[in-house]
Amino acid sequence: MLKKTHIQKYCSIKNNEISVNGDLVFSADTLEVKDFFKDVYQFLEIKYSKYFKMDLLSKLAFLSAEIILNEVNTKEKNTAIILSNNASSLETDRKYQNSINDKDNYFPSPAVFVYTLPNIGIGEISIRHQLKSENGFFVFEKYNANFHYNYEKSLLQNNKCESVLAGWVNIDKNSYEAFLYLVSEKGIIEHTEQNLKQLYNT
Amino acid sequence: MRKTFITNHNIISSLGFTSEENFRKLASEISGIQEYKRNQGESYYSSKVDKEKIDSAFLEIGNIENYTTLEKMMLLSVTNILNESKLKITKKTGLIIATTKGNIDTLSPKSKFYSDKKRSYLPELGRQIQNYFGFKNEAIVLSNACVSGVLAVAVAQRFVKDGVYDEVIIVSGDLVSEFILSGFTSFQAISDLPCKPFSKNRAGITIGEAVASVLVTSKKNKYAIQILGAGSCNDANHISGPSRTGEGLVLSVQSALKEAEIENSDIDYISAHGTATNYNDEMEAVAFERLNMLEIPLNSLKGYFGHTLGTSGLLETIIGIKSLQNNTLISSKGFDELGVSKSINVIETLVSKELNVFLKTASGFGGCNTAVVFKKIID
Repeated sequence: MLKKTHIQKYCSIKNNEISVNGDLVFSADTLEVKDFFKDVYQFLEIKYSKYFKMDLLSKLAFLSAEIILNEVNTKEKNTAIILSNNASSLETDRKYQNSINDKDNYFPSPAVFVYTLPNIGIGEISIRHQLKSENGFFVFEKYNANFHYNYEKSLLQNNKCESVLAGWVNIDKNSYEAFLYLVSEKGIIEHTEQNLKQLYNT
Repeated sequence: MRKTFITNHNIISSLGFTSEENFRKLASEISGIQEYKRNQGESYYSSKVDKEKIDSAFLEIGNIENYTTLEKMMLLSVTNILNESKLKITKKTGLIIATTKGNIDTLSPKSKFYSDKKRSYLPELGRQIQNYFGFKNEAIVLSNACVSGVLAVAVAQRFVKDGVYDEVIIVSGDLVSEFILSGFTSFQAISDLPCKPFSKNRAGITIGEAVASVLVTSKKNKYAIQILGAGSCNDANHISGPSRTGEGLVLSVQSALKEAEIENSDIDYISAHGTATNYNDEMEAVAFERLNMLEIPLNSLKGYFGHTLGTSGLLETIIGIKSLQNNTLISSKGFDELGVSKSINVIETLVSKELNVFLKTASGFGGCNTAVVFKKIID
């Protein structure tokens, strides 16, 4: 018997604005990405020292996950994490590459190198919310609702998890975009490819 | 729900350009690891594929100037799968590309593709492979650190089982680059000598490069190996070090076994991750003790290929398949004296033994772990 699954909650972070379930909850006039993230961190009233060593991609993944999971009890839930984006970890990759381009100015840093993997943000969310669950990071030209719908459905229907934190988290050359959502048996918006596409585009 | 199988596979490594050639070398305990010099002059050990050999093979199927080294290796590997399987690509054929760093070497000013700023993007790598063969669906690029290759098997199995696709081609690849070498060196994780997984005197990783491909399908043939179950769970502990308790690996194996509907005792062989770092090998030993699997013969193949990053899980899955089909356990190259706190059963010499079921495991940065169970089909 197929479970009835829904998009329980969704949020987007782009153009210096945060909206949750379609409602604008925060906006700022900052120009730099890192300044905007700082404002968001303060707005969400988070106290988490590990946040400050993260790269921008992990910060964006972390902040969006805070918004989605803040009222959700993940302790009792097996919540999978399936994220995707376009630029993988290239923002940090370029920074790391610059540190090794010049033989006379060669300073590879392990603290930078570890963030040259896009799935590190999933690790950060897992640690923060103690999610010892199914996870994976995927890369597409743009948000692929067909892939997300099918994979999320598969994990839920095959009892690999009870809910899925999923979506798009991209950082590339001073531009950023996050669209995250939680799929579970709760909620009213049916989990369909069409609905995911529509929520992403609004 | 449909059963899923691996029916065709290919490996391109320093040991050869087919799975068969690679397996034969391993059965003779021949390693692909040798000494190289780095730009700065210091030497290092690695297993690398001869670039001239790649080009001379690639000349048969395309223009060597148009593709990066990784793309050429991936195209050669998938060509081999398509020729062997005679697969017709349809709307129900999926393509998964599993890689940690893709064309990362193109970020270097020394790369021929440096001015092509798009080339370092993973969707562009996906597009190159997709367009060459005319896949109808956008490539699914999976980039999940060192579990990428074996996690791709789990993803393909789920899609074929659910009927999203009738078959999925997985191609997994990563290259040895200055980017990777300098990174692992900065972590002080590189061994001065060829790596020695699970050994007392192990001193870290040997980085290697390879491409591996498989066809995952609902239609079995006489060479088919069934994918029984898969799990991939996070440690939720540390982003660059494995959990001391092996928590995520234990959960991954339990999830795979539950889906496979088999017991621990049904497993004839474990193809472990075994990177030869202190922490990783110890973590695996702890996990296998918790899982009651200390008796099961186990190896790490890193002593033959080095750690081929995203490719390793798929490459080692193919060797596991060949082991099942040949009823042969490959020795764990580089192993001498047990150097982990639990008495795991490391395979020390080539063993002929009837084999039916094997477990493949892998772990990586970001706290990720994956386990997949495979079974020989007996008609």
